[in-house]
Amino acid sequence: MDYKRGYTFLFLTFCSRIILEYPATFSLHNALDGEVKTMLHYIGKRLWQLVPVLLGMTFVVFMIIRAIPGDPAQVILGQQASESAVKALRTKLGLDDPWYIQYFDYLWGLITGDLGESMRTMNPVSDEIWGYLAATFELSLFAILIAIIVGINAGIISAWFQNSWFDYTAMILALVGVSMPIFWLGLMLQYIFGVEFGLLPTTGREEVRNPVESITNLYVLDTIIQGRYDQLGTVLKHLILPGVALATIPMAIIARMTRSSMLEVMRSDYVRTARSKGQRMFWVVYKHALKNAIIPVLTIIGLQMGMLLGGAILTETIFGWPGVGRYIYEAINFRDYPVIQSGILVVAFIFVMINLVIDVLYSLIDPRIKYD
Amino acid sequence: MNKKKLWSIALLLMLVLSTFLAACSSDTTGTTDSTDPKDDSKDGEVEESTDPKILVFGRGGDSVYLDPARATDGESFKVTQNIFETLLNFGPQDTTINEGLATEWNTEDGLTYTFTLREGVKFQDGTDFNAEAVVKNFERWSNGTEDQFPYYASMFGGFKGDEGHVIESVTAEGDNTVIFKLKRPQAPFLKNIAMSPFGIASPTAFEKDGDKFTDNPIGTGPFKFVEWKKNETITIEKYTDYWNPELPKLDKVIFQAIPDNSARLTALTTGEIDLADGVNPADSNNVTGNADLQLYERPSMNVGYLGLTNTRPPFDDVRVRQAMNHAIDKQSIIDAFFNGGALIAKNPMPPSISGYNDDIAGYDYDPEKAKELLKEAGLEDGFEMDLWAMPVPRPYMPDGTKVAEVIQKNLADIGIKANIVTYEWATYLEKTKNGEADAFMLGWTGDNGDADNFLYVLLDKDNIGSNNYAYYSNDEVHDILIAAQTEVDEAKRNELYAQAQEIIFAEAPWVPLAHSTPLLAGKVNLLNFLPHPTGSDKLAEVDFK
Repeated sequence: MDYKRGYTFLFLTFCSRIILEYPATFSLHNALDGEVKTMLHYIGKRLWQLVPVLLGMTFVVFMIIRAIPGDPAQVILGQQASESAVKALRTKLGLDDPWYIQYFDYLWGLITGDLGESMRTMNPVSDEIWGYLAATFELSLFAILIAIIVGINAGIISAWFQNSWFDYTAMILALVGVSMPIFWLGLMLQYIFGVEFGLLPTTGREEVRNPVESITNLYVLDTIIQGRYDQLGTVLKHLILPGVALATIPMAIIARMTRSSMLEVMRSDYVRTARSKGQRMFWVVYKHALKNAIIPVLTIIGLQMGMLLGGAILTETIFGWPGVGRYIYEAINFRDYPVIQSGILVVAFIFVMINLVIDVLYSLIDPRIKYD
Repeated sequence: MNKKKLWSIALLLMLVLSTFLAACSSDTTGTTDSTDPKDDSKDGEVEESTDPKILVFGRGGDSVYLDPARATDGESFKVTQNIFETLLNFGPQDTTINEGLATEWNTEDGLTYTFTLREGVKFQDGTDFNAEAVVKNFERWSNGTEDQFPYYASMFGGFKGDEGHVIESVTAEGDNTVIFKLKRPQAPFLKNIAMSPFGIASPTAFEKDGDKFTDNPIGTGPFKFVEWKKNETITIEKYTDYWNPELPKLDKVIFQAIPDNSARLTALTTGEIDLADGVNPADSNNVTGNADLQLYERPSMNVGYLGLTNTRPPFDDVRVRQAMNHAIDKQSIIDAFFNGGALIAKNPMPPSISGYNDDIAGYDYDPEKAKELLKEAGLEDGFEMDLWAMPVPRPYMPDGTKVAEVIQKNLADIGIKANIVTYEWATYLEKTKNGEADAFMLGWTGDNGDADNFLYVLLDKDNIGSNNYAYYSNDEVHDILIAAQTEVDEAKRNELYAQAQEIIFAEAPWVPLAHSTPLLAGKVNLLNFLPHPTGSDKLAEVDFK
């Protein structure tokens, strides 16, 4: 075991040197030229900056979960378990080692591509988390689509017809949406659309009596691959209520952001010019103005998407959605340290990656944005 | 030009989408059309609907293991109870001993047990169930470790080679007889054998799969495992070669995890599920008021109590303890905080457990009598005490601090000033264990439905510093409980427990408060569902009207 700690230490030193000396390393090969080079350079730099961020995060999470009272071995075996059983399990799980040894063992695992094993089910976290991530991904994508389509359009129209009844209604709704407790909204949606009108299913991802055969665990994709369009319908229906509940807050934020950003752009000279040229208002707004107004909205979308992919514990709990938020939440209840640590690490990684993608998108939308 | 292009693209997209959707819908109608005539022709021959009977059982969480020997959580046993069978079974709604995979069992001296096994039973993988299979299961468990088979360790005192291990040997005699030799008599032995963790698994399967047996469990039960979608659903289906050809009635059972209690009840109302575990007591009116639903009460296997630390004055005086018992209005507590979903407790164990003494009258709510008793004890002016309330909801006590406030008021009525004290849960347990509280609220949920698991564990002097938080010590009770541990005659043993409960009643070491009965709800056309006090329900007999 000791050599692992040594290697881990060496690896960390190596990482820190690379990060510090990064500009020097990369200025060596200036073979590539122009836009592509700067872009790759930028992406490379951002990826390297990820290492200390994620490393710091593993440390913080590691320390916090050990600071909460409660012994994983005791929780796993239950209150009635004998003391010797608890002791045996603690030893087996390595919980008797000093914290820094546990931390270095964990880091060594990460370096060798091992996210650890769940203390509760004894399965590798990397095997388990995949299914939950897929479920969360499907729901988040659906929710963010609703949020983008409704939010951006509501924002644009509000800005276009500023101070109209539509503007006031939309912005009041957005304010309500931002401050809506998701828990309450979820239960209301279930009651209204499930119980009262009987239109939509209230729980789970599929009609359980007619289950989807899982391939990728993205059920929409799975049903299309298998040509089960009857099931596609029920799977989409199951997405609607949790999707709307999850979309509410991002939708409201996006709408407000789009509106304020659009209002600013609409006052600029080129918009006035386009209008005076006699171009139809619709095209002025949707083509000329939107292109410039969308950049700050894109940042917000990136942040919101990242947050949704972290798993929405409340939505997933109310709608019985087997996502990554519930996976980590249940792991906290059982003090399942490896799942909490690696789960949060994976989620954080996705969050940072999405924001990187958004940053790269800026320059595609607005070529004036350059990366140094 | 540009505009036109965009519009035409949009139009084209819409066209494609609508044809696609149309194709889908015609596809579905096509399939139903083609199946309908078949159904009709079948109906002509057999006057019976051919729809498979599927039960969707909504519950709070997913299982951890489907290998019962490894599991410790109720959600795992809920499923394994239907895939596996034990040598003996509990009664339909109590913990009496009934036949299971063994049809006969007897013992002369409590040291040697002979089990005669049911014939013609096959595991779901087609292999034979016989005496050798039973031996192999016990071999597997007794050669395990505590983190592998925790329940085996706690019920049978460890593993092979451990001093506390109760089982000396398990041997097969012929195909249908298994003989257990014990190192010393263990009265709850048969009850232990009947517990869900000791479901008999196919030796062929567990020898082949090892640790992965939990992903493909194989037993002799009425249902066989089909699929496990983690944190979502577990599906089991009818095992057609089940030894009892009448059972199971259902074709399929799907256990669906829906964590939120209200959302689960909503799903039952909309018909997405057929049976919902864990209904909030506050929602019980919504179930009884709905003509499509029925409410089930799971018989209690727990006790919630107010412990009085018997070594701390004034609770070292039995009259003061009795006064406390008369002072507290249990019925109001149950009405207000359990929504009626509980029984008044008069004994330290619930009525579903054999050995329960129902002849005991219990202390009625009588503040005047309580005052008199205090006067006799020389405390007519009352006294001041700390009343400890648990900080977390427990199955036996939904809201500790609120209930403590009612108790506080009851005590004030007889002149006792109680100050409510609370700590973080782990600290709370530690401090009460050390005897630092005057009076404390606590409770217990039974493991194997045996009286020993309540009376000895909670009130014997051997367990002071462990689970006897009240520091109650009585030699007579101790002698009775020790005698009962090795008494293998069920009737004699129950007699001993009845005696012990009488002494405990008179000495009043606690104020027993309530046995909570967890609630379930199901569709009104559901038949023969009997919730079991252990929380693991057998679904073989369940059917739809």
